[in-house]
This record gives sequence, structure tokens and C-alpha cells, in this order.
Amino acid sequence: MARKVGICAVAQTTYTRDKWDQRFQNMCLTVVESLREQTGLDFSDQGINMTVSVSNDIFDARTISDSGMTDVLGAHFGCEEKVDQDGSQAVYYGLAAIQSGHCDVVLIVGHCKESQPQSRNMVTHMAFDPFYTRPVGLDYCAAAGLQAQAYAAASGITEDHLAKIVVRACDNASRNPFTPEAAPVTADEVKNSPMLADPIRQLHAYPVSDGAVGMILAAEDRIREFTDEPVWITGVGNSMDHFFLGDRDLAANRALKSAADRAYCRAGISNPAAAFDVIEISDQYAYQLPMWAEGLGICETGTGGAWVEADGPDRCHVNPSGGMLAGNPLILGGLVRTAEAAVQLKGAAGDRQIDGARTALAHGVTGPAGQFHTVITLERD
Amino acid sequence: MKKNRNVGIIGVGQSVYSSHREDVNQPEMIHEAAKEALDQAGLTMNDIDCVVHGNMELFEMIHQPDLWHSLGTGAVGKESLRVTTGGTTGATLACVADQLVASGLHDLVLVLGFEKLQEGHTTGGITNMADPLWSRQLQTGALTGMTAAQMIEEFGEERAKKVAMKYRIQMDQHAMKNNKAHRRLGLSPDQAEELAVNSPALVGELRMIHMCSQSDGACAVIMASEEKAKELCAQPAWIKDHITAHREEMFCIFGDEPILTTHKYAARKLYERNGITNPVQEIDVFEMYDPSSWWGSDWLREFLLFDNDEHIRMIEDGDIALDGAFPINPSGGVIASNPIGATALVRVAEAAMQVMGTAGDHQVPKPVNQALASGFGGTMWTVLMLLTREIPW
Repeated sequence: MARKVGICAVAQTTYTRDKWDQRFQNMCLTVVESLREQTGLDFSDQGINMTVSVSNDIFDARTISDSGMTDVLGAHFGCEEKVDQDGSQAVYYGLAAIQSGHCDVVLIVGHCKESQPQSRNMVTHMAFDPFYTRPVGLDYCAAAGLQAQAYAAASGITEDHLAKIVVRACDNASRNPFTPEAAPVTADEVKNSPMLADPIRQLHAYPVSDGAVGMILAAEDRIREFTDEPVWITGVGNSMDHFFLGDRDLAANRALKSAADRAYCRAGISNPAAAFDVIEISDQYAYQLPMWAEGLGICETGTGGAWVEADGPDRCHVNPSGGMLAGNPLILGGLVRTAEAAVQLKGAAGDRQIDGARTALAHGVTGPAGQFHTVITLERD
Repeated sequence: MKKNRNVGIIGVGQSVYSSHREDVNQPEMIHEAAKEALDQAGLTMNDIDCVVHGNMELFEMIHQPDLWHSLGTGAVGKESLRVTTGGTTGATLACVADQLVASGLHDLVLVLGFEKLQEGHTTGGITNMADPLWSRQLQTGALTGMTAAQMIEEFGEERAKKVAMKYRIQMDQHAMKNNKAHRRLGLSPDQAEELAVNSPALVGELRMIHMCSQSDGACAVIMASEEKAKELCAQPAWIKDHITAHREEMFCIFGDEPILTTHKYAARKLYERNGITNPVQEIDVFEMYDPSSWWGSDWLREFLLFDNDEHIRMIEDGDIALDGAFPINPSGGVIASNPIGATALVRVAEAAMQVMGTAGDHQVPKPVNQALASGFGGTMWTVLMLLTREIPW
């Protein structure tokens, strides 16, 4: 049986529209310095023995987008690797690296400046194959529009539900110091915002932002050297769905259900609806909050509309941070969710704290219309 | 360090490497490698728990191509992880898969590295790795004449040039025995003088003939837990240890002080923690990431911790030949085949084939108890993986 792994410390920059005065190295340095201060760790052999960064070559317009990270991460002659998926996958990798016995302490730092590309849709357009799907102009927003149509029909989601989700996200975000630009909106403003990909409107979509997030993972036999309040990773799971949208039932949540089953199985969780005090879901678009909640087993399949209407997100403590609708770069979604969940379990979430939170779930998603999902379950002692 | 459990390589698959695989698209090419690895291990995709994938996006301009490639890797319904670290990607993938299996998360992991360089502009892609403010204007892809200049200064023009060309021709002779290799030119030693003059110059004394190819290709490796490996494979290639050393973007900016390379640093640390005191004696075959015959010749010194001209003499004496005392790159190496995201995984795969005894015509004749594979990339980054015939942990 492999040893347990916990999160010692987390750090984030704010997520704002355009950090024009900072390169990605600056954003990451802010995060790394905070983590070192919190844990007293350095980059010696007894300190951080591996770093996993999260970034993307096309978002950064830079081959090997981690080649500028070695200085920042103190990785001189050290081990620095890069995950190029949703950031929660770095936690999966870090967990494996520690449980394998290869290292004791792993630093994770994700960064992205979505303000740099002229259009993030041009980036995600490049995820489609050049023969069949790219020529019809698909990008992640258009793919999400197709999924939103299918899901709304299956689960009774209305324009009012979507507006309610966005209004709530912005309200929660106003208590999150890392989303300083999130402003309160009214349901009418949401319903009158420009259409992007029917039924997705501009205010249903996560905003463009720049930011960095990081955390330190450590093995159970050493974690008390760095923190008094470890947050244990109890389960991880991920799963890949079909690439071609036509090969999937877009409303079926196949990959998310399988990712969640794997995480729950590893964590020994049999009733997910009652298992978590805090849930952080990567809702890139408003319809995804109830859809992913169904996939995670937080509410019954097909009941997303009723769940939103009955204030399910508040009752289940979903996204007290504001979630992705309040802003963070696409590829950092699940890592920010994991960081927020860990902050909640440490009782350090300030105005957005869920009192007495002891267990949490964090979710991340990669690819068009949720092709690949990651689920992480956490608990404190 | 105490490894949680043993991990062995039980299957290897490679597409044919070529400058133009126009007969297949990316998922189809990847499928060739994945299927061959599964067949060799006696498995189907149903048996695989997790797929690890990597390459560099700006070569083909596909964003997160593991999503599309799930058509060829068979990752649908599986767990998956995508890791990319530049030229070292393939070796990093092998390290990741080792950790995913050793951790107990998975019993059987398929590792997949690929590149289809024909579909993009390789030197443009590599140039784009340099910092846009400080060094992109100076970057010339992966082409550098510095190593040639340094070797010429240290060992004299005639000796250095002869060694680089002898290394090159030796690698081609190995590639001729590997039917998957991309460039199989049929060179013979009596062409050395003519090539040294007539091959087009790229940078300084780095000539076209010295440089690695740009290839299309995919490589797949299957890693298994100790229990599964013993059940499925008569002779797995066991993973004893691996080490990764990265360094900063800017190098050689403070004059020409002798610098400790990541190659030497990583090799020394790996040998120390595995009790290797005489690498030439204790390692039976070395699959090196050799982007050019100048780098291959020079780096031999770094990896084997030599101080003087021992590495030059090894090449001159033919020790690095397939049937020599210290065979290097029986596959033909990177100079013969270079699908970049797969290249470092091919080193691990080829080293594993030597341990498993499945390398066919390019199997080294001596017994292989311990093999070393190296990955190179980024701004002089190193990954080393040590494979053994005996179960190590």
C-alpha cells in the first residue's frame, strides 16, 4: 500500500483581465515565494525534489512553455516537468511521483496569460483535427453550445436557470479576494448579454484572465515538517471521452461519471451526494455547473434544472469561490478548484469560508464539451 | 529513496520512421506503434489502465493533441496524462509511467510519444522556444557549431573532424540493421573524406551529414507492475532508476568558464545512487539522444565522466560499434530517426529491447544486463533511465 499524500500549502495570484505589467515568470515567482514562506522549504535535496508546472505552448505561443520556468522554480539541476492538460492533472502526477517513492515533496505551479492570444477561441480551434472538424470552424465555445443545447433539453435547463447560476457566481466571487474584477450582475443583464453560441451568452462564459496558482504536496511521513494542517488527497480519477462530438451523447456525462467513479472507489466513497462539505466545479460555462454536478453524483441525472431552482448549489456548498465563471484561465481551472478546496479545509477561506468544512471535492476538465475530466477528493484530519 | 513496487517494460512498438508519412494521419500513425506494442505484450487495449501522451504542439499546431489522438492511442474510457518537456518529452513520459505504475495507481500503462514534423516547420518550432524578449532573435533552431569549434580547439582540426565523421558513419551502419530507421544511407568508411568536404555546411563545421533528421513517427512502450510483468513477459526490462536535471534558459553568458553540464551532473548522481563506479564496464549498452555526431561524440565524455580524450579514443578504436566493447545506439540513434516528441522514448524503448533480447538484427551480441538511455531537450536538459535484466528493487 502506497503512502498517503497531502497538500501542505497553496498560493494564488489574483485573476485579472490583463496583467500587462507582468510576464508569466513574475506571476509564478509571487506564488513560489509565498509557498516557500508558508512551508520553509527550499530547493535542496531535502527540500523540493520535483516541480510540476502547468502551461500550454499555444496559449503561450512558445514551444516548451516551461523553458522559462527553471529560474523561477529554483530547478537548477533539479527535476522540472510540465503537464499540458487541465491543472488538476498536475496533482494526479505529483501524487503518483510521491506514492512511487521517487520523491517526497512536489511543487506544483500553473500559469497562463489568456490576455496574450488575440482570441482564446483561436487557440481552442487548434484542438480540432485539420480534416473534419477544424474546417467547420469549431472551437471550445461552439462545442459547448452544442452540448448546452443537448443538456438543456435533457435536464430542463432554462434561460432563467442559467442567469441564476451566473448571478450567484458573481455574488460569491465578490467575497473572493483573488477575483477582484468580478462585479455583481442582475439576471436581466445576463439574459441580455450578447449571444456567443446559442444558448451560451457572453456572461455565461468564463472571463478572460491572467494568473498563477501553486501548491506543495508531501508524503505523509514528512508532511508535518511543513504544515500543521495537512489536507489529504483521498482519491483521484480521470477519464477520456470520444473525440468526435458525433461519437458521443453530449448530454450523457460519460467521461465525468467514470472519472468520479474511479476517484470515489479509491477514496472509499459510496454516497457522493452526502460525502462533501465543499465542492469546487470547473464551470467554464453556466450550463456546466448543474451538468457536472449530475456527472459527479451531487444531484440525480436529469434533475439539474430542478436542482438549480431549489438552490442546490448553495445547499451543497458548490463553488463558494465563485468558480470558473468568476474567472481563471482555462487550463488552470481544476488546479484553482483544488487550491480553493484545500483553503476551505484549512479554514483559511475568509469571507467565503464554509464553516467546519472537513471534506471536499475538486473537479477539472480538458477538451471540447468535457472530453476529459479529472476528479480529486480531499479531507482534513 | 524506496520504490513502492517494481515496474517493467513488457512491450515496445514503433511506427516506421520517415521524412514523409503521407500514407497515414496522426492517429493512424500512432495506432501502428500502439498496436505493435500491445501485440508484443500479448494484450489488447481493454487491458490498459492509463495512456501517457506527449509531444510539442507548435510543430504540428494541434492544441492538446491527445484529445484527437485518442482515436489512435485507444485512450477513450481510460485514465490519461499528457506531459511535455521539449526534446526530453519521451524520456519524461517513461518516468511518468514508471511512477504511475510504481505508485500502485495502475498495473498497465501505455506510453505514447509522437511527432509528425512533416506537417510543420521544425526549425521554426524550435526557434519559438527562446525567450521572445532576450534570445529569440539569436536562436537558430537546434543548429549550433559551438561544439564542433570547441572540439577542434581541444583536439585539433584533423582529429576532431575525423572522429565526428567516424561516429556518423558508425551510426549509419547501425541504422542499416534497423528496418524502422528513417535515414539508412549505406555509408562506408571510405566516404569519410569526401563527405567532410562536400556535405553542405549548416553552422561552422556542423554539416548536414552530421545533423539529426526531421522524422515522422510514433513510439509506444507498455509498462507493467512486477506481478503483471512476470505473468506476461519472459524477460521484462526492469526500471532500476531515473533522474531528471534541468537548467536555466541562459547559458554561457559569463565568459567561457568550464561549466558542469546537466549530462555530467545527472550521470554522476545516477551512478552514485546505484553503486556504479565504472560505467563503461557496468553498463552494457547505451542509447544516447545524439542530435548530431558532434554532440554525440562530445557528450560521451559527459555521460561517462571522462576528463581527457578517452571518449575520442573509444570512437577511434571502434568501441562504440554494435559489436564493440561499449555499444552506442545500435538503433542508429537520433541522427538516423528523429520524431522529436517520440525520440527520447525511442531511446528507452531501444534500450529495453536490448535488455529483453528483442532487437533482432541490431541486437548487440554480448549479454545485456544493464542498459542506459538518455533524453535531451530544452535548454540543455537531461533525463537518464537505467534498465536492468535482473529485478532491481
